[in-house]
Amino acid sequence: MASIAVSTTINDDDVEFLCQPDETLLDVLRNRLGLMGAKEGCGTGDCGACSAIMDGRVVCSCLVLGAEAQGRTIETIEGMADGGELHPLQRKFIEHAALQCGICTPGFLIAAKALLEVNPDPSETEIRFWLAGNLCRCTGYDKIVRAVQDAAREMRGETA
Amino acid sequence: MRYERPQTLEDAAALLAAADAPAFVLAGGTDLLVRMQNDNFEADLIVDIKSIAGMGDIVQSDAGFVIGAAVPCAALSEDAALVAAWPGVVEAANLIGSTQIQGRCTVAGNLCNASPAADSVPALVAADARVRIAGPNGTREAAVIDIPTGPGKTSLAKGEIIEAVLLPKRAAQAGDAYLRFIPRTEMDIAVVGVSVNLTLDAGGTVTSARVALGAVGPTVMLVDAAAEAIIGTSLDDAALDALAAACSAASTPIDDKRGTVAFRTKVAGVLARRAAQTAYTRAGGK
Ligand SMILES: Cc1cc2nc3c(=O)[nH]c(=O)nc-3n(C[C@H](O)[C@H](O)[C@H](O)COP(=O)(O)OP(=O)(O)OC[C@H]3O[C@@H](n4cnc5c(N)ncnc54)[C@H](O)[C@@H]3O)c2cc1C
Ligand code: FES
Ligand code: FES
Repeated sequence: MASIAVSTTINDDDVEFLCQPDETLLDVLRNRLGLMGAKEGCGTGDCGACSAIMDGRVVCSCLVLGAEAQGRTIETIEGMADGGELHPLQRKFIEHAALQCGICTPGFLIAAKALLEVNPDPSETEIRFWLAGNLCRCTGYDKIVRAVQDAAREMRGETA
Repeated sequence: MRYERPQTLEDAAALLAAADAPAFVLAGGTDLLVRMQNDNFEADLIVDIKSIAGMGDIVQSDAGFVIGAAVPCAALSEDAALVAAWPGVVEAANLIGSTQIQGRCTVAGNLCNASPAADSVPALVAADARVRIAGPNGTREAAVIDIPTGPGKTSLAKGEIIEAVLLPKRAAQAGDAYLRFIPRTEMDIAVVGVSVNLTLDAGGTVTSARVALGAVGPTVMLVDAAAEAIIGTSLDDAALDALAAACSAASTPIDDKRGTVAFRTKVAGVLARRAAQTAYTRAGGK
């Protein structure tokens, strides 16, 4: 198979890579670009561990072809912290112990970030529905929901 | 395998028509990429239609709405006019998968994948939606109900691509609703899906109706007897009973671990009743 040359933007950087026509964006991120934050939990769109933001929408990068990234804007977990400073969601996940093994965490953080961008004050039900495509086998979800609520509060400028 | 991203429908149709091994349209990829993970999946060519001009747009005109085949389902609920006119179609499309799936999946892809349980299809059929199809020999239109011919099979000829889904103009005092049964609250495949679309007169009498069932037969079905049961009524208990009975009678489901024949048959009636009541309220009926 002939490789495809792709130019794209990832976490505000211009990036170029070669990939196979049937290679997923997840495989490109991890195997070609060294961005190992997105995880492969299932490879079939069920678990959300591979979540990335493409042109403003959260997607499963395991269900996107690398070639489709041409000309798009992609955000991954690696771009979430501002240099050494964690994003409020990242800080709150740590404070609330919203992670154990951590495999699901990058996906939850990316999906939660996208939620708070469209809905800065989500209800618990809205948070749970939005994150229904992110599976976690460790935490039981409650701590994740609390962490998102707390981060949302802080980002709205309210004190707890 | 080749990946192509043509800029025009003509080029896309020509690429597909010229392929002599399996070739696929790629829209949101939420079915196709899952199939590609399978070891015995074979494809020579993938034609990504998302760079074709206009395919990503929702356009409202005097004739209704034109939803381009590359519009992700998440965008449907962001279009206030579409939500106001066709709330049942939008709620059905928004039930597909998760937030992540919503960001990619399309109604045209849901239709072409031809799953008997596809969520948006009963709503499109109840809405009397049509599709515009581009092919090597030009463009044609078809009713949505004529696209799936069996599980995984469609009436599309080689090289044909659905360009857009067309929703008719809404009459005043009309409403639609879609309900499905799944064992959990999110991320599951419909065990039964029912859509009801109806129009009322000023006195609240149903003047026209379309009722469609999903997941209780090899393809989505339009149940005329169910529509007749409520036309001319103001959705009183007798009409709702007749509606439920007609939907149960029309169901020819399979028995599997997700639902028995008896359960699916019964639930088709129960959901039809509830969907009709929601559609009635949305149409302004009291
Ligand atoms: C985790 C997960 C959950 C899901 N949940 C649901 C659910 O709850 N309900 C449900 O109904 N479905 C569900 N699905 C299935 C899938 O998301 C939908 O069927 C979706 O609408 C497919 O759209 P797509 O644009 O992604 O299609 P694609 O994968 O791009 O295409 C699907 C098929 O249709 C063909 N095709 C696509 N567009 C066109 C076109 N314009 N013209 C001609 N052929 C075309 C493709 O070649 C392919 O064969 C789920 C899938 C996943 C992975
Ligand atoms: S790895 Fe992509 S959803 Fe599970
Ligand atoms: S922390 Fe282990 S899967 Fe979520």
